[in-house]
Amino acid sequence: MKKTYINGVGCISAQKTFDTVFLEEAVYNQNETILSVLAPVYKDFITPTAIRRMAKGVKNGIVASALALKDARLENVDAIITGTGLGCIEDSEKFLKNILDNNEEFLTPTSFIQSTHNTVGAQIALSLQCKGYNFTYVNGAVSFESAILDAKMQIEENEANSILVGGIDENGDYTTSLFKLAGRIKQDGEQPYDVLNPTSTGTVFGEGASFFVLENEKKDTTYAQILDVEIKNTLEENEIETEIITFLNANNLQISDVDAVVFGLNGNITFDSYYTSLAENAFAKTPQLYYKHLSGEYDTASAFALWMASKVIRTQEIPEIIKVNSVEKPAYNTILLYNQLNGKNHSFTLLSK
Amino acid sequence: MEALKEELKNKIITTLNLEDIAIEDIADNDPLFGDGLGLDSIDALELIVILDKDYGIKLVDPKEGKSIFQSIETMAAYISANRTK
Amino acid sequence: MKGVAITGMGIISSIGNSVEENFISLIENKIGITRIENISTVHADVIKVGEIKKTNAELVNELELPEDNNFSRTAMIGAFAAKQAVKNAGITSINEFRTGLISATSVGGMDMTEKHYYDYFKDPELTKYISCHDGGDVADKIAEELGLKGMVTTISTACSSAANSIMLGARLIKNGKLDRVIVGGTDALAKFTINGFKTLMILSDDYNKPFDNNRKGLNLGEAAAYLVLESDEIVEKQNKKVLARVSGYGNANDAFHQTASSENGDGAYLAMKKAFEVSGLKPNEIDYINVHGTATPNNDLSEGRALLRIYEDLKVPDFSSTKPYTGHTLAAAAAIEAIYSVLAIQNSVVYPNLNFETPMEEFDLKPQTSLKMKNIEHVLSNSFGFGGNCSTLIFSKS
Repeated sequence: MKKTYINGVGCISAQKTFDTVFLEEAVYNQNETILSVLAPVYKDFITPTAIRRMAKGVKNGIVASALALKDARLENVDAIITGTGLGCIEDSEKFLKNILDNNEEFLTPTSFIQSTHNTVGAQIALSLQCKGYNFTYVNGAVSFESAILDAKMQIEENEANSILVGGIDENGDYTTSLFKLAGRIKQDGEQPYDVLNPTSTGTVFGEGASFFVLENEKKDTTYAQILDVEIKNTLEENEIETEIITFLNANNLQISDVDAVVFGLNGNITFDSYYTSLAENAFAKTPQLYYKHLSGEYDTASAFALWMASKVIRTQEIPEIIKVNSVEKPAYNTILLYNQLNGKNHSFTLLSK
Repeated sequence: MEALKEELKNKIITTLNLEDIAIEDIADNDPLFGDGLGLDSIDALELIVILDKDYGIKLVDPKEGKSIFQSIETMAAYISANRTK
Repeated sequence: MKGVAITGMGIISSIGNSVEENFISLIENKIGITRIENISTVHADVIKVGEIKKTNAELVNELELPEDNNFSRTAMIGAFAAKQAVKNAGITSINEFRTGLISATSVGGMDMTEKHYYDYFKDPELTKYISCHDGGDVADKIAEELGLKGMVTTISTACSSAANSIMLGARLIKNGKLDRVIVGGTDALAKFTINGFKTLMILSDDYNKPFDNNRKGLNLGEAAAYLVLESDEIVEKQNKKVLARVSGYGNANDAFHQTASSENGDGAYLAMKKAFEVSGLKPNEIDYINVHGTATPNNDLSEGRALLRIYEDLKVPDFSSTKPYTGHTLAAAAAIEAIYSVLAIQNSVVYPNLNFETPMEEFDLKPQTSLKMKNIEHVLSNSFGFGGNCSTLIFSKS
């Protein structure tokens, strides 16, 4: 069975992640409830005729995928698989508002087209003229992991040698105001929003696009190998540890073999206990990392985590800003990522050098 | 007629987000689609909404747009002859 | 190759609330296309839709949901069909084996979002619906209704979504990643999609006429359908009845246009070619093709050309679109048509392509226009979506 390697990465996020080495300029913003992407110069990547109708998510997706391809020194791929929680929500908002405000009259198709969830994957295919397999997953916090799992299967089944896999989400003003109303985003005026020492429910929200070129062979651009991915819809807090041990055992590993664990801590006091009980017990002697204080929480924020873990394995260094504890290891060869949102949609991803 | 043409050029540039194009770049007889301005079928649907919303002209079949939207010239002529507002 | 076993099916559409009702409608030419009743829209007198004639309140009742539930209509009809499928497969203990749910939707909970959009800030009782907007919420709800705890995900590739969920499910079984998987899709009618398709000017004001020279566009519909796929080990161990098998599948991208299909149907051609490779079947072994056949000028021309390319000098087998019965049910379309394909195999029948009168001038292709009885070993089903997403499934007699 062929192995799956991460051979190129590209990341657009709330941090400088597209023209830097590795988070050396990262800023931990504890004063905002919503983090926006630091936008690249889109026109360096996309022609004016193509860009004029593109939603923010599409633009970020196209740039992130172009960066990943360049990083892997590839021109094209055999397949494109994306994950997104809400798709291009700004265009969904725009189209819906037009329907309601204009009483269903004088509507134009552009924002409707952009609001389709698979529009990012489709427009990357269009720009690369890639006629291969093209899937889009939309299942909350496991949208991106579904894409990774599918890509890994494609490579194992010999269906594709190279695959672009990405997670994309964008902020929409009205939607974030609704999320604040529903308590999903933290309330204004309660800063500092400290992810490791939270005092309230809800999270600081964010957006971003992270893409990866996965291939079936090791190259000199290789960051890491993806050993395994698992998705579980429902797990009780007291089932997590057993689930992780079973997952590691299936890959002939123990907790002590894990050189670093990446938690999806998001500063929500109601659900961060899923991670903190692991942090205090099973993984007490393991270097622990976190990232949502830099990326913000969004359905595909875990793609930012995969970008980060890939960089750790490549550079063998962990920037201070992502450390949860002070435990160190001589080498970072095996990394486990665990994420969940509101106690649902759990995912485990295992990387090795 | 000249004023209408100017108005249409303006509308096309803003509605279709043609950021890098100025009014002077569009000649009255330049083809709007294909080799000319490079508009496509989605733009055609946007233009159909302009006809409806701003000039009270309703097209039922998108194919009708083909001859109307050849150029600013043909578009202006069609609008002057058929406008209801 | 043998293909992955289908052991259960469940469906709700405008032509019936069960597999049996749907089949009766198909063979008795009972169509589900009517004026819209459950949604208030300014287009109500112009458009025709394939609407499930159950109100949300009736669905809440039948599903026995608590009063404070926050189910979107999409989730309700999805849960309705998925429960039927699980029951039909004789599953009593859902987590007994490694069981997954691969759902599909394009609108998700949009029906609630559009209903309450501006009222959320006025009425605190509505807040619960905010979280049901996103596509994944539908699958989460269905999983909860089924008590399913394992792998749950959702595919959204516009109108080919459910074909892709069936494809992924079959691959997960073949790969040994799951023992059992519930696959399918659900989409409720929404103002959002009605107006979206309207802006693309591909909605017909009449009954849709697939592959007819004078076709004017599609009728939208709503539906949900799920199938249960199981590994051969379980089928053997539990001596399960296999309804049919998923023997081939293929997905390709047309990479031509954001919404339209290419003139020569590249994506469709590649998807069908791939499905034949996976199944090991040859085109002439197909007895019936359930075409995508949306009745838009663009789709039927592109799909027809792709069929002619696949069949080269051979005769294209009996084909029909069932969309004149149900309308185009978007992310559920491939799932309801998968069930119709299985029923065609089980009952040795080709459904008529209703409303067809005049062959298209571009080629010599005529769909089957009346009910035809004949032995059917293999059915090919096409589904294509925006973004050039083209999928083909092949179903075979077990």
